Amino acid sequence: MHLTATASQTVGPFFHIGLEHLFGGDLAPGVPAQEKVVFHGRVLDGDGKPVNDAVLEIWHADRHGKYAHPDDTQDKPVTPGFKGFGRVATDDRGEFRFTTVKPGGLPGPHGMPQAPHLLVAVFMRGLLIHLVTRIYFPDEPANADDPVLQLVPAARRATLIASKMADALQWNVILQGDKETVFFEY
Amino acid sequence: MTDLAGYRRPPKGTQPEYLYPPYASTAKRAPTKPLVLLPHTLSEITGPLFGHDDVRPEDGDLTAQHDAVPFGERIIVSGHVTDENEHPVPNTLIEIWQCNAAGRYRHQNDNHDAPLDPNFTGTGRVLTDKDGRYRFVTIKPGAYPWRNHHNAWRPAHIHLSLFGRAFVTRLVTQMYFPGDPLLPFDPIFNSTANEKAHNRLIADFDWDTTVPEQALGYRFDIVLRGRNATPMDK
Repeated sequence: MHLTATASQTVGPFFHIGLEHLFGGDLAPGVPAQEKVVFHGRVLDGDGKPVNDAVLEIWHADRHGKYAHPDDTQDKPVTPGFKGFGRVATDDRGEFRFTTVKPGGLPGPHGMPQAPHLLVAVFMRGLLIHLVTRIYFPDEPANADDPVLQLVPAARRATLIASKMADALQWNVILQGDKETVFFEY
Repeated sequence: MTDLAGYRRPPKGTQPEYLYPPYASTAKRAPTKPLVLLPHTLSEITGPLFGHDDVRPEDGDLTAQHDAVPFGERIIVSGHVTDENEHPVPNTLIEIWQCNAAGRYRHQNDNHDAPLDPNFTGTGRVLTDKDGRYRFVTIKPGAYPWRNHHNAWRPAHIHLSLFGRAFVTRLVTQMYFPGDPLLPFDPIFNSTANEKAHNRLIADFDWDTTVPEQALGYRFDIVLRGRNATPMDK
Protein backbone atom coordinates (compact mmCIF):
# COMPACT_ATOMS: atom_id res chain seq x y z
CA MET A 1 0.00 0.00 0.00
CA HIS A 2 1.33 3.41 -0.79
CA LEU A 3 0.23 7.04 -1.09
CA THR A 4 -0.44 8.98 -4.28
CA ALA A 5 1.47 12.18 -5.01
CA THR A 6 -0.29 15.49 -4.42
CA ALA A 7 -1.84 16.98 -7.56
CA SER A 8 0.04 19.73 -9.35
CA GLN A 9 -1.57 23.16 -9.82
CA THR A 10 -0.53 26.06 -12.01
CA VAL A 11 2.00 28.62 -10.77
CA GLY A 12 -0.45 31.28 -12.01
CA PRO A 13 0.48 34.76 -13.20
CA PHE A 14 1.94 36.04 -9.93
CA PHE A 15 4.66 33.46 -9.18
CA HIS A 16 7.44 36.07 -9.21
CA ILE A 17 6.75 37.09 -5.62
CA GLY A 18 7.26 33.53 -4.40
CA LEU A 19 10.01 32.32 -6.70
CA GLU A 20 12.24 35.32 -7.36
CA HIS A 21 14.52 34.66 -4.39
CA LEU A 22 16.06 31.84 -6.45
CA PHE A 23 16.09 33.68 -9.79
CA GLY A 24 19.56 33.35 -11.21
CA GLY A 25 20.88 32.81 -14.70
CA ASP A 26 24.53 32.14 -13.85
CA LEU A 27 24.81 28.40 -13.26
CA ALA A 28 28.58 28.39 -13.07
CA PRO A 29 29.60 31.29 -10.87
CA GLY A 30 33.33 31.88 -10.69
CA VAL A 31 34.07 30.28 -14.06
CA PRO A 32 35.78 32.68 -16.53
CA ALA A 33 33.40 33.99 -19.21
CA GLN A 34 35.44 32.52 -22.07
CA GLU A 35 34.86 29.02 -20.68
CA LYS A 36 31.11 29.51 -20.46
CA VAL A 37 28.18 28.99 -22.79
CA VAL A 38 25.41 31.56 -23.11
CA PHE A 39 21.92 30.28 -23.84
CA HIS A 40 19.14 32.52 -24.95
CA GLY A 41 15.72 31.92 -26.38
CA ARG A 42 12.06 32.72 -26.35
CA VAL A 43 8.90 31.04 -25.16
CA LEU A 44 6.09 31.21 -27.73
CA ASP A 45 2.43 30.17 -27.36
CA GLY A 46 0.08 28.55 -29.88
CA ASP A 47 -0.46 31.87 -31.67
CA GLY A 48 3.29 32.45 -31.90
CA LYS A 49 2.99 35.20 -29.31
CA PRO A 50 5.74 35.62 -26.72
CA VAL A 51 4.92 34.26 -23.28
CA ASN A 52 5.97 36.94 -20.81
CA ASP A 53 4.98 35.02 -17.68
CA ALA A 54 6.96 31.78 -17.89
CA VAL A 55 9.68 30.57 -15.56
CA LEU A 56 12.29 27.97 -16.52
CA GLU A 57 14.31 25.79 -14.17
CA ILE A 58 17.52 24.25 -15.44
CA TRP A 59 19.41 21.29 -13.98
CA HIS A 60 22.62 19.77 -15.26
CA ALA A 61 25.86 18.03 -14.39
CA ASP A 62 29.29 19.65 -14.18
CA ARG A 63 32.04 19.50 -16.82
CA HIS A 64 32.97 15.99 -15.76
CA GLY A 65 29.39 14.75 -16.01
CA LYS A 66 28.95 14.67 -12.23
CA TYR A 67 25.82 15.96 -10.49
CA ALA A 68 26.00 18.00 -7.28
CA HIS A 69 23.84 15.41 -5.54
CA PRO A 70 24.57 12.56 -3.10
CA ASP A 71 22.79 10.00 -5.28
CA ASP A 72 25.39 10.49 -8.02
CA THR A 73 27.83 7.79 -6.93
CA GLN A 74 30.08 7.98 -10.01
CA ASP A 75 33.77 7.98 -9.24
CA LYS A 76 34.37 11.45 -10.67
CA PRO A 77 35.79 14.61 -9.09
CA VAL A 78 33.31 17.06 -7.56
CA THR A 79 33.50 20.70 -8.71
CA PRO A 80 33.56 22.91 -5.59
CA GLY A 81 30.84 25.55 -5.61
CA PHE A 82 29.00 24.03 -8.57
CA LYS A 83 25.28 23.45 -8.06
CA GLY A 84 23.97 23.05 -11.60
CA PHE A 85 20.63 24.72 -10.90
CA GLY A 86 19.23 27.90 -12.42
CA ARG A 87 15.83 29.60 -12.50
CA VAL A 88 15.02 32.32 -15.02
CA ALA A 89 11.77 34.09 -15.85
CA THR A 90 10.85 35.35 -19.31
CA ASP A 91 10.75 39.12 -19.89
CA ASP A 92 8.17 41.25 -21.69
CA ARG A 93 9.36 39.89 -25.04
CA GLY A 94 9.12 36.28 -23.86
CA GLU A 95 12.90 36.03 -23.76
CA PHE A 96 15.14 34.28 -21.27
CA ARG A 97 18.90 33.97 -20.92
CA PHE A 98 21.33 31.97 -18.81
CA THR A 99 25.01 31.11 -18.80
CA THR A 100 26.75 27.95 -17.69
CA VAL A 101 29.39 25.39 -18.61
CA LYS A 102 28.86 22.50 -20.98
CA PRO A 103 28.30 19.37 -18.92
CA GLY A 104 30.23 16.17 -19.52
CA GLY A 105 28.71 12.96 -20.82
CA LEU A 106 26.65 10.83 -18.46
CA PRO A 107 25.70 7.23 -17.94
CA GLY A 108 22.29 6.26 -19.30
CA PRO A 109 19.88 3.35 -19.33
CA HIS A 110 21.19 -0.15 -20.15
CA GLY A 111 24.77 1.05 -19.98
CA MET A 112 24.37 3.40 -22.95
CA PRO A 113 26.15 6.73 -22.46
CA GLN A 114 24.12 9.94 -22.71
CA ALA A 115 25.31 12.96 -24.66
CA PRO A 116 25.83 16.20 -22.70
CA HIS A 117 22.44 17.73 -21.95
CA LEU A 118 20.50 20.05 -19.65
CA LEU A 119 17.12 19.31 -18.14
CA VAL A 120 14.53 22.09 -18.26
CA ALA A 121 11.23 22.44 -16.42
CA VAL A 122 8.81 25.06 -17.75
CA PHE A 123 6.13 26.66 -15.57
CA MET A 124 3.50 29.25 -16.46
CA ARG A 125 -0.11 30.31 -16.17
CA GLY A 126 -2.08 27.90 -18.33
CA LEU A 127 0.10 24.94 -17.41
CA LEU A 128 -1.60 22.98 -14.63
CA ILE A 129 1.50 20.80 -14.43
CA HIS A 130 4.95 21.86 -15.58
CA LEU A 131 6.53 20.75 -18.83
CA VAL A 132 9.86 18.92 -18.94
CA THR A 133 12.26 19.01 -21.86
CA ARG A 134 16.00 18.70 -22.55
CA ILE A 135 18.60 20.83 -24.32
CA TYR A 136 21.39 19.14 -26.27
CA PHE A 137 24.45 20.79 -27.82
CA PRO A 138 25.08 21.38 -31.55
CA ASP A 139 28.14 19.78 -33.17
CA GLU A 140 28.15 17.03 -30.56
CA PRO A 141 28.96 13.61 -32.05
CA ALA A 142 27.52 11.81 -28.99
CA ASN A 143 24.03 13.07 -29.90
CA ALA A 144 23.81 10.40 -32.60
CA ASP A 145 23.77 7.59 -30.04
CA ASP A 146 22.01 9.33 -27.18
CA PRO A 147 19.42 6.89 -25.79
CA VAL A 148 16.87 9.61 -24.97
CA LEU A 149 17.16 11.43 -28.31
CA GLN A 150 16.61 8.08 -30.00
CA LEU A 151 13.20 7.83 -28.33
CA VAL A 152 12.17 11.06 -30.08
CA PRO A 153 10.78 10.87 -33.65
CA ALA A 154 13.70 11.82 -35.92
CA ALA A 155 11.81 14.74 -37.48
CA ARG A 156 11.34 16.38 -34.08
CA ARG A 157 14.82 15.86 -32.57
CA ALA A 158 16.07 19.23 -33.79
CA THR A 159 13.74 20.97 -31.32
CA LEU A 160 15.93 19.65 -28.50
CA ILE A 161 19.25 20.74 -29.99
CA ALA A 162 20.38 24.33 -29.48
CA SER A 163 21.43 26.37 -32.52
CA LYS A 164 24.82 28.00 -32.75
CA MET A 165 24.65 31.79 -33.03
CA ALA A 166 27.52 34.28 -33.17
CA ASP A 167 28.11 34.52 -29.44
CA ALA A 168 25.50 32.25 -27.91
CA LEU A 169 23.43 29.13 -28.26
CA GLN A 170 19.80 29.68 -29.12
CA TRP A 171 17.08 27.36 -27.93
CA ASN A 172 13.36 28.19 -27.93
CA VAL A 173 10.34 26.75 -26.20
CA ILE A 174 7.60 26.46 -28.83
CA LEU A 175 4.46 25.36 -27.03
CA GLN A 176 2.36 24.36 -30.04
CA GLY A 177 2.43 23.88 -33.81
CA ASP A 178 4.68 22.48 -36.52
CA LYS A 179 7.86 23.39 -34.67
CA GLU A 180 6.49 22.40 -31.26
CA THR A 181 9.27 21.55 -28.83
CA VAL A 182 9.43 17.94 -27.73
CA PHE A 183 8.13 17.63 -24.18
CA PHE A 184 8.52 14.52 -22.09
CA GLU A 185 6.16 12.52 -19.95
CA TYR A 186 8.29 12.36 -16.86
CA MET B 1 26.49 1.41 -13.85
CA THR B 2 23.40 -0.71 -13.25
CA ASP B 3 19.99 0.68 -14.10
CA LEU B 4 18.53 2.95 -11.46
CA ALA B 5 15.16 2.57 -9.76
CA GLY B 6 12.98 5.29 -11.25
CA TYR B 7 10.06 7.15 -9.72
CA ARG B 8 6.54 5.76 -9.90
CA ARG B 9 4.41 7.15 -12.72
CA PRO B 10 1.20 8.89 -11.58
CA PRO B 11 -2.00 6.77 -11.55
CA LYS B 12 -4.42 7.95 -14.26
CA GLY B 13 -6.46 11.01 -13.31
CA THR B 14 -4.43 11.93 -10.24
CA GLN B 15 -2.52 14.71 -12.03
CA PRO B 16 -4.07 17.29 -14.37
CA GLU B 17 -3.88 16.97 -18.15
CA TYR B 18 -2.24 19.81 -20.06
CA LEU B 19 -5.31 20.65 -22.16
CA TYR B 20 -8.26 21.36 -19.87
CA PRO B 21 -10.80 23.54 -21.71
CA PRO B 22 -12.59 24.86 -18.58
CA TYR B 23 -9.28 26.61 -17.76
CA ALA B 24 -9.11 28.87 -20.81
CA SER B 25 -5.37 29.61 -20.68
CA THR B 26 -4.55 25.96 -21.39
CA ALA B 27 -5.85 26.29 -24.98
CA LYS B 28 -2.80 28.07 -26.40
CA ARG B 29 -0.23 26.67 -24.00
CA ALA B 30 -0.85 22.93 -23.75
CA PRO B 31 1.33 20.74 -25.98
CA THR B 32 -0.54 19.34 -28.98
CA LYS B 33 1.89 16.59 -30.00
CA PRO B 34 2.38 13.33 -28.09
CA LEU B 35 4.70 13.50 -25.09
CA VAL B 36 7.75 11.22 -25.21
CA LEU B 37 8.12 8.88 -22.23
CA LEU B 38 11.32 9.90 -20.43
CA PRO B 39 13.39 7.16 -18.81
CA HIS B 40 14.58 8.07 -15.31
CA THR B 41 18.34 8.34 -15.70
CA LEU B 42 20.88 9.86 -13.33
CA SER B 43 19.75 13.28 -14.65
CA GLU B 44 16.15 12.76 -13.55
CA ILE B 45 16.78 11.08 -10.17
CA THR B 46 19.04 13.91 -9.01
CA GLY B 47 17.93 17.50 -8.49
CA PRO B 48 18.81 20.71 -6.66
CA LEU B 49 19.00 20.47 -2.87
CA PHE B 50 18.58 23.45 -0.58
CA GLY B 51 19.37 23.98 3.06
CA HIS B 52 19.32 26.32 6.01
CA ASP B 53 21.35 28.91 4.08
CA ASP B 54 18.36 29.41 1.78
CA VAL B 55 15.86 30.16 4.56
CA ARG B 56 15.85 32.86 7.26
CA PRO B 57 13.71 32.52 10.40
CA GLU B 58 11.41 35.40 9.38
CA ASP B 59 10.67 33.62 6.10
CA GLY B 60 8.37 31.24 7.98
CA ASP B 61 6.15 33.96 9.45
CA LEU B 62 4.43 36.03 6.77
CA THR B 63 2.82 38.16 9.49
CA ALA B 64 6.18 39.33 10.87
CA GLN B 65 7.98 40.74 7.85
CA HIS B 66 7.03 44.40 8.33
CA ASP B 67 6.77 47.06 11.06
CA ALA B 68 3.18 46.15 11.91
CA VAL B 69 1.02 43.09 11.53
CA PRO B 70 -1.03 42.62 8.36
CA PHE B 71 -4.81 42.77 8.28
CA GLY B 72 -6.65 39.48 8.17
CA GLU B 73 -7.26 36.30 10.05
CA ARG B 74 -3.96 34.91 11.37
CA ILE B 75 -3.55 31.20 10.63
CA ILE B 76 -0.94 28.50 11.19
CA VAL B 77 -0.41 26.03 8.35
CA SER B 78 1.50 22.85 9.11
CA GLY B 79 1.83 19.35 7.80
CA HIS B 80 3.96 16.41 6.90
CA VAL B 81 5.83 16.01 3.62
CA THR B 82 6.29 12.36 2.70
CA ASP B 83 6.91 10.44 -0.48
CA GLU B 84 4.50 7.89 -1.93
CA ASN B 85 6.28 5.16 0.03
CA GLU B 86 5.35 7.03 3.24
CA HIS B 87 8.96 8.00 3.93
CA PRO B 88 9.35 11.52 5.32
CA VAL B 89 11.07 14.05 3.06
CA PRO B 90 13.45 15.92 5.40
CA ASN B 91 15.19 19.27 4.78
CA THR B 92 13.29 20.07 1.62
CA LEU B 93 12.53 23.65 0.64
CA ILE B 94 8.92 24.86 0.49
CA GLU B 95 8.32 28.18 -1.27
CA ILE B 96 5.06 29.93 -0.37
CA TRP B 97 3.16 32.79 -2.03
CA GLN B 98 -0.34 34.17 -1.74
CA CYS B 99 -2.54 37.27 -1.97
CA ASN B 100 -3.51 39.36 1.04
CA ALA B 101 -6.73 39.19 3.06
CA ALA B 102 -8.46 41.44 0.52
CA GLY B 103 -7.57 39.21 -2.42
CA ARG B 104 -4.72 41.28 -3.88
CA TYR B 105 -1.21 40.09 -4.73
CA ARG B 106 1.79 42.36 -4.26
CA HIS B 107 2.56 42.02 -7.96
CA GLN B 108 2.70 44.70 -10.64
CA ASN B 109 0.32 42.77 -12.91
CA ASP B 110 -2.41 42.33 -10.31
CA ASN B 111 -4.88 45.14 -10.96
CA HIS B 112 -7.79 43.80 -8.90
CA ASP B 113 -9.55 46.73 -7.25
CA ALA B 114 -8.72 45.71 -3.70
CA PRO B 115 -6.24 47.37 -1.33
CA LEU B 116 -2.62 46.38 -0.92
CA ASP B 117 -1.55 45.88 2.68
CA PRO B 118 1.71 47.70 3.46
CA ASN B 119 2.42 45.07 6.09
CA PHE B 120 2.00 42.02 3.89
CA THR B 121 4.29 40.76 1.13
CA GLY B 122 2.72 37.33 0.77
CA THR B 123 5.99 35.46 0.32
CA GLY B 124 7.55 32.83 2.57
CA ARG B 125 9.95 29.90 2.72
CA VAL B 126 10.39 27.04 5.11
CA LEU B 127 12.46 23.88 5.26
CA THR B 128 10.97 20.59 6.43
CA ASP B 129 12.58 19.22 9.58
CA LYS B 130 14.31 15.84 9.92
CA ASP B 131 10.89 14.14 10.10
CA GLY B 132 9.51 15.94 7.04
CA ARG B 133 7.34 18.33 9.09
CA TYR B 134 6.82 21.99 8.27
CA ARG B 135 4.94 24.95 9.76
CA PHE B 136 4.39 28.54 8.75
CA VAL B 137 2.30 31.45 9.99
CA THR B 138 0.33 33.69 7.66
CA ILE B 139 -3.07 35.31 7.19
CA LYS B 140 -5.96 33.67 5.38
CA PRO B 141 -5.89 34.87 1.76
CA GLY B 142 -9.01 36.38 0.19
CA ALA B 143 -10.93 35.25 -2.87
CA TYR B 144 -10.32 37.29 -6.03
CA PRO B 145 -11.87 37.65 -9.48
CA TRP B 146 -10.22 36.50 -12.69
CA ARG B 147 -11.27 36.59 -16.31
CA ASN B 148 -11.52 32.90 -17.10
CA HIS B 149 -15.31 33.03 -17.57
CA HIS B 150 -18.22 35.30 -16.58
CA ASN B 151 -18.11 36.18 -12.86
CA ALA B 152 -15.13 33.90 -12.24
CA TRP B 153 -13.61 33.97 -8.74
CA ARG B 154 -10.69 31.97 -7.42
CA PRO B 155 -11.32 30.29 -4.07
CA ALA B 156 -8.89 31.29 -1.31
CA HIS B 157 -5.61 29.44 -1.86
CA ILE B 158 -1.93 29.43 -0.98
CA HIS B 159 0.70 28.50 -3.62
CA LEU B 160 3.30 25.96 -2.46
CA SER B 161 6.43 24.92 -4.39
CA LEU B 162 8.54 21.89 -3.37
CA PHE B 163 11.64 20.24 -4.78
CA GLY B 164 12.02 16.88 -3.04
CA ARG B 165 15.14 14.88 -3.82
CA ALA B 166 14.97 14.61 -7.60
CA PHE B 167 14.21 16.66 -10.70
CA VAL B 168 11.12 14.48 -11.19
CA THR B 169 9.81 15.04 -7.64
CA ARG B 170 9.32 18.77 -8.28
CA LEU B 171 5.82 19.88 -7.29
CA VAL B 172 4.01 23.20 -7.46
CA THR B 173 0.53 23.04 -6.02
CA GLN B 174 -2.15 25.12 -4.29
CA MET B 175 -3.69 24.58 -0.87
CA TYR B 176 -7.38 25.38 -0.41
CA PHE B 177 -9.61 25.91 2.65
CA PRO B 178 -12.41 23.63 3.87
CA GLY B 179 -15.96 24.86 3.32
CA ASP B 180 -15.05 27.40 0.62
CA PRO B 181 -18.24 27.89 -1.46
CA LEU B 182 -16.18 28.67 -4.59
CA LEU B 183 -14.44 25.28 -4.77
CA PRO B 184 -17.06 23.47 -6.91
CA PHE B 185 -16.84 26.26 -9.52
CA ASP B 186 -13.07 26.63 -9.81
CA PRO B 187 -11.59 24.97 -12.92
CA ILE B 188 -8.06 24.99 -11.52
CA PHE B 189 -9.06 23.19 -8.32
CA ASN B 190 -11.21 20.73 -10.31
CA SER B 191 -8.58 20.03 -12.96
CA THR B 192 -7.77 16.44 -11.95
CA ALA B 193 -10.19 13.82 -13.29
CA ASN B 194 -9.89 11.95 -10.00
CA GLU B 195 -12.09 13.67 -7.43
CA LYS B 196 -10.07 12.35 -4.48
CA ALA B 197 -6.94 13.90 -5.99
CA HIS B 198 -8.39 17.41 -5.93
CA ASN B 199 -10.12 16.99 -2.59
CA ARG B 200 -6.68 16.25 -1.11
CA LEU B 201 -5.77 19.85 -1.97
CA ILE B 202 -8.15 21.06 0.75
CA ALA B 203 -6.45 21.55 4.12
CA ASP B 204 -8.10 20.26 7.30
CA PHE B 205 -9.04 22.60 10.10
CA ASP B 206 -6.94 21.33 13.01
CA TRP B 207 -7.61 21.87 16.74
CA ASP B 208 -4.21 20.38 17.62
CA THR B 209 -2.32 23.24 16.00
CA THR B 210 -4.86 25.97 16.78
CA VAL B 211 -3.30 28.26 19.37
CA PRO B 212 -5.69 29.73 21.98
CA GLU B 213 -6.14 33.52 21.73
CA GLN B 214 -3.84 33.56 18.69
CA ALA B 215 -4.53 31.66 15.47
CA LEU B 216 -6.52 28.89 13.79
CA GLY B 217 -4.53 25.87 12.66
CA TYR B 218 -4.83 24.18 9.27
CA ARG B 219 -3.14 20.91 8.42
CA PHE B 220 -1.97 20.20 4.88
CA ASP B 221 0.02 17.04 4.23
CA ILE B 222 1.94 16.87 0.96
CA VAL B 223 3.00 13.73 -0.90
CA LEU B 224 5.88 13.79 -3.39
CA ARG B 225 6.56 11.03 -5.90
CA GLY B 226 8.23 7.90 -4.54
CA ARG B 227 10.72 5.54 -6.13
CA ASN B 228 9.88 2.09 -7.32
CA ALA B 229 11.32 -0.64 -5.14
CA THR B 230 15.08 -0.90 -5.46
CA PRO B 231 17.00 -4.15 -5.06
CA MET B 232 17.95 -2.94 -1.56
CA ASP B 233 14.28 -2.76 -0.58
CA LYS B 234 13.50 -6.30 -1.63
